[in-house]
Amino acid sequence: MCNLHGELVASYDKYRTELIEAGLLLESGVQGVYGLSGTFEGIIEAFERYVTRAGAELNPEVVRFPPILNRKTYLSTDHIETMPDLMGSIHTFKGSQLEHLDMVDKMNKGEDWTRSLAPADVMMIPAACYPLYPTAANTVLPSEGRLVDLRSFVFRHEPSPDPARMQIFRQREYVRLGTPEQAHAHRDYWLGKGQEMLTALGLPVKAELANDPFFGRGGKVMAATQKEQELKFELVVAVASEEKLTAISSSNCHLDHFGKEFNITTENGEFAHTACIGFGLERITLALLKTHGLDPEQWPSEVKQQLEL
Amino acid sequence: MAIEKVRDILSTHGRLTTPVDSLEDDSDLYQAGLTSLATVGLMLALEDEFDIEFPDSALSRKTFGSIEAIADTVDDLLE
Repeated sequence: MCNLHGELVASYDKYRTELIEAGLLLESGVQGVYGLSGTFEGIIEAFERYVTRAGAELNPEVVRFPPILNRKTYLSTDHIETMPDLMGSIHTFKGSQLEHLDMVDKMNKGEDWTRSLAPADVMMIPAACYPLYPTAANTVLPSEGRLVDLRSFVFRHEPSPDPARMQIFRQREYVRLGTPEQAHAHRDYWLGKGQEMLTALGLPVKAELANDPFFGRGGKVMAATQKEQELKFELVVAVASEEKLTAISSSNCHLDHFGKEFNITTENGEFAHTACIGFGLERITLALLKTHGLDPEQWPSEVKQQLEL
Repeated sequence: MAIEKVRDILSTHGRLTTPVDSLEDDSDLYQAGLTSLATVGLMLALEDEFDIEFPDSALSRKTFGSIEAIADTVDDLLE
C-alpha cells in the first residue's frame, strides 16, 4: 500500500515537474494553485468553444457567475453537512483601529492573527451550478424546463501534489432543471455526448459509476447510497498516473435535492429535478497535454481540427 | 438483543419526524425522517454505547434502514 502510494506521488511529481519546466504551469508555493501559460489557456478556450458548438442546437441560456456566492445561499444547501472539509469561507478584517494594531502585532510576532478576522457575506462556490439555484428559487419552470450553460472557477480545499487536483479550477456545465424525466434524459444524453466529444479528441475515456467525496465515515453511507442510486458517472482517463485514472467530466442527477432546497417547481406543482454535465477544463487540458504531448502545435491534425486550434 | 437499546439511541440521536415508539422494527427509517447527517450521529452513539466499530463494509444505507437492520448489524459486531 505504502509503495503504491509512493509510486503514485512519484508519477504526480514527474508530470507536474514536466508541466512546470515546459512553462505550462507556474508554481505558487501552495499545492494545487498554479498560474497557467497562454498556451494552456488557449487550449481551455478552444475546448470551451468546442463545448459551445456541441450544445448550440439545444439553445441553452448562458449565465456566468463569479466564484463566490452569498453565504446565506451556501447555507441553504447541505454542503456544510456533506463536504465541510472542502469548503472555502471568506473572512476579512472588520475590527477597530486598536484591534487592527493588535492583529498586525500578532502577525509580526508570528502568532495566529487570523482570529482577528470575521466572516464576509460570501463563500467560495464548490460547484459551478450552486449560484444558479437561488436565482430560480420560488419559480415554476416552463413545461420544457430550463437548460443553462455555466462556467466558473470553483474552490475545493484539497491540496495535492497531483497537478490534476487543483484547489481552484474551472467547470463548464450544462444544467437542466425540469421534470424527473427531463433531468434523467439530460444526464444520459450528456454522458454519451461527453464520451463522444472527448474520444474525438483522442482521449480514451471510460464511463465509471462514481460518488462525491462526502466527509468522514458518515460520508461513506452517503457515497454508498449515491452509488446504489446510480446518480453520478465520471469519464475517466490517465492523466498523471496510468494506474489511478482521473475524472475529467462528470454527469450527475441531483434528484429533487436543489428543487426542494430552493422551492423550484414544475408545472404540476412537484419539486423540480436537476441534472448536470460538468467538464473539468484544466483537467481536460492536462489530459490532452499528457496524451498528445506538451506542444499543441505537434498534436495530431484530427485533434487540432476538432478543437479548431 | 440490542433492539431495545437501539430504540433508545434512535429516539435520542435519530432526529426522526415520526416518534420511534410508533415505528415497527422493520419500518423504513428514511421514510420516518432519518437524514444522512443524523445517520452519522446515530452511528457514533451506537459505537459508543456498544463499544463497537462499524467497518467500512457496513457503512451503507441498508445498515441503517430499519431498527431491525441496525440491531442485526450491532449483534453481528458484538459476536
